[in-house]
Amino acid sequence: MFDTRDDAAFVRFDRVQKSYDGSTLVVKDLNLDIARGEFLTMLGPSGSGKTTCLMMLAGFETATSGDILLGDRPINNIPPHKRGIGMVFQNYALFPHMTVGENLSFPLEVRGMGKSDREAKVKRALDMVQMGSFAGRRPAQLSGGQQQRIALARALVFEPEVVLMDEPLGALDKNLRERMQYEIKHIHESLGVTVVYVTHDQTEALTMSDKVAVFDDGKIQQLAAPDTLYERPENAFVAAFIGENNTLRGRVTAIEGDICTVRIGGDMQVRALRVNVDGEGAETTLSLRPERVQIDAGEDRFDNIFTGKVQELIYLGDHIRVRVSVAGNDEFIVKVPNATGERKIKVGEELRLGWTAADCRALDPS
Amino acid sequence: MAQADAGPALTGASGSGRSRSGLVTADGTPLRRALERAERRRKLAAFLLVAPLLAFLLVVFIFPIGQMMWRSVDNPQVVDAVPRTLEALRGWDGNELPEERVFAALHADFMADAELPRREQKIGPMGIRLNYELSAARGAISRTGRNVESFEPPYKEAFLDQHRLWGDVELWRIIQREGRPLTLSYYVAALDRQYDADGSVVLRDENRRIYVSLFMRTLALSVAITFLCFLLGFPIAYWMSILPMRYANLLMICVLLPFWTSLLVRTTAWIVLLQQQGVINTMLVTLGIIGDDNRLSMIYNMTGTIVAMTHILLPFMVLPLYSVMRTIPPSYMRAAKSLGATPATAFRRVYFPQTLPGIGAGAVLVFIISIGYYITPALVGGQTGRMISNEIARHMQQSLNWGLAAALGTMLLVGVLILYWAYNRLVGADTLKFG
Repeated sequence: MFDTRDDAAFVRFDRVQKSYDGSTLVVKDLNLDIARGEFLTMLGPSGSGKTTCLMMLAGFETATSGDILLGDRPINNIPPHKRGIGMVFQNYALFPHMTVGENLSFPLEVRGMGKSDREAKVKRALDMVQMGSFAGRRPAQLSGGQQQRIALARALVFEPEVVLMDEPLGALDKNLRERMQYEIKHIHESLGVTVVYVTHDQTEALTMSDKVAVFDDGKIQQLAAPDTLYERPENAFVAAFIGENNTLRGRVTAIEGDICTVRIGGDMQVRALRVNVDGEGAETTLSLRPERVQIDAGEDRFDNIFTGKVQELIYLGDHIRVRVSVAGNDEFIVKVPNATGERKIKVGEELRLGWTAADCRALDPS
Repeated sequence: MAQADAGPALTGASGSGRSRSGLVTADGTPLRRALERAERRRKLAAFLLVAPLLAFLLVVFIFPIGQMMWRSVDNPQVVDAVPRTLEALRGWDGNELPEERVFAALHADFMADAELPRREQKIGPMGIRLNYELSAARGAISRTGRNVESFEPPYKEAFLDQHRLWGDVELWRIIQREGRPLTLSYYVAALDRQYDADGSVVLRDENRRIYVSLFMRTLALSVAITFLCFLLGFPIAYWMSILPMRYANLLMICVLLPFWTSLLVRTTAWIVLLQQQGVINTMLVTLGIIGDDNRLSMIYNMTGTIVAMTHILLPFMVLPLYSVMRTIPPSYMRAAKSLGATPATAFRRVYFPQTLPGIGAGAVLVFIISIGYYITPALVGGQTGRMISNEIARHMQQSLNWGLAAALGTMLLVGVLILYWAYNRLVGADTLKFG
């Protein structure tokens, strides 16, 4: 139906802006291409504009300016029911007066499909989410996780090319949420459908997505695969929002190629990877993942070696979070794996901490 | 005491937990008994809480309704007044005028009644009672009562001389028929029927049939009013349910305004608006839409009743509808549209079915209230807008035929109960959401 050229930009936001009140922009100049079959997650704090983007794609909000294209076709003026986009809602939105089977049959009925076709498709969709024997139940008789599966099946039963999911797992408890994350991921892989997923839960975004668009302040702060996002954040917001992060503020004193030297506090000189720094003398935020800090570090392997005093130990089972005071910064966190042979750390102890310049990213001042 | 209330404390659960009487509370009472006692105490407390209301309802609601239903079949007047006559009439075939001994017994009854203190006399009430069945009966009896002391045997002639009605076999048939402590004649009358000479129930003459058509009209008016309330109430309730709370509250005040205005003020306003020389008619004439000589009559007829009652009962439809609609999240409509339904289909298949509990509750409320509505039809209904309750009121206040009023009222009550039962069977009363 579409040639391969379009597959890289199957869904396209082109300079899209959205304002509800006519003065403040909720979405500012959004450009985003979503490839066919991709699982893209819009991640961001509440009020960052991610749900608005999803609603514009679904057709429940209109873009103030700019175009939204679905496979080359601008869909700004197409009403939601003609877009053929499946959607899973936060509260499931299963119709309470219909049985599970009728809920799934609904999108097929309104498309005028015959009874036998409908039944076959409903059965296949229910089997896909392992709910085959629940067709006669009412949504109110199902648990949260079961309702979630039905909502998923209903959004997929009419074989849409794009499925939108608006925080679909928000109401589930932690274990079930993790199970459903894998299940949604597997369904996505087996059907090859394009998924646009909205969440404020970064773990969910990292687990499930091919690509994550991190939203803040109505803009995409970074669009990248999960590992890139975690390991190579491009700005201080992304670094702080994704995963745990040590934030050190300072001023650039020297730049040598990719490496810059940053003075933190009074006397501490840190060598860091230059990512998003204007030049010498500029303010910068250093981002350093707690698990990339080595304790009892030997001189040779690390660009940065400092001593810090242990303030607090938090036992988390698989690892221990150690809060260390380094150069007047009391919030410096080091993750020590709880592995065989790891030595016991005590509060008040002096630790030698080391990290490489490559793991310490100099980002924009935040 | 306090311990049992807080839930019995468990001891000794380990070893003896398997046997039936194994669990005991800290003070040694079996747990089962302690739980039962706590449960009993909770029930008693609950009962005591509702007891005043229950007593109140019993005195001012259940008891009067029972009284009313009793009154619709209670028939003591003839039995109390002329026991000897009834005794003498036993075995009378009802074809010819009774013989002398019946008249003698009647005379004895009259004489005995005259001996009684005035307030305990029974002949007068019997006259009123017989008058319901045969007009002029009351006159005949009271005139006879005034002169009965001077009667000499043979009494038959004396009675017939006194009033020609005593020579009417019909009167004697009525005395015999109503000479029983319980009667169905009020219901017979309430169904536009009467007893014929054989004592079988037949329809009244066409020009004297009132009640059945009045019941039908009441039903039709109530259905019309309910439907109008639904038509007017549904959009406003929907609008209110999607508005932000503060605007919705403002609108709610507008909807509730009829509740807070005196009924007479509202009715006066409708009269000012709707009467022949009223605002609407004058406006239409001024605009040239209707001629001055054929102004619309919109009040003191059925139109007036429908307009005013719809206005008054609208909140009863809007409130349950609104409370149901408020709980329907907008995501249902969105979900339906995302699944490919046009807005109209989404509304019809997804939104509307979910409002049914509210529609049911509103319709039941409006219908049941309007079927027994009295004051508005009385004020603006004229002749064609009268409802059955106006007829009941007339019998209670003017004709003083309380038995007939009670029969009509009982039929109304039973009718409402039957409708409610039918609704419950068809839709289920537990689906109603009143707010």
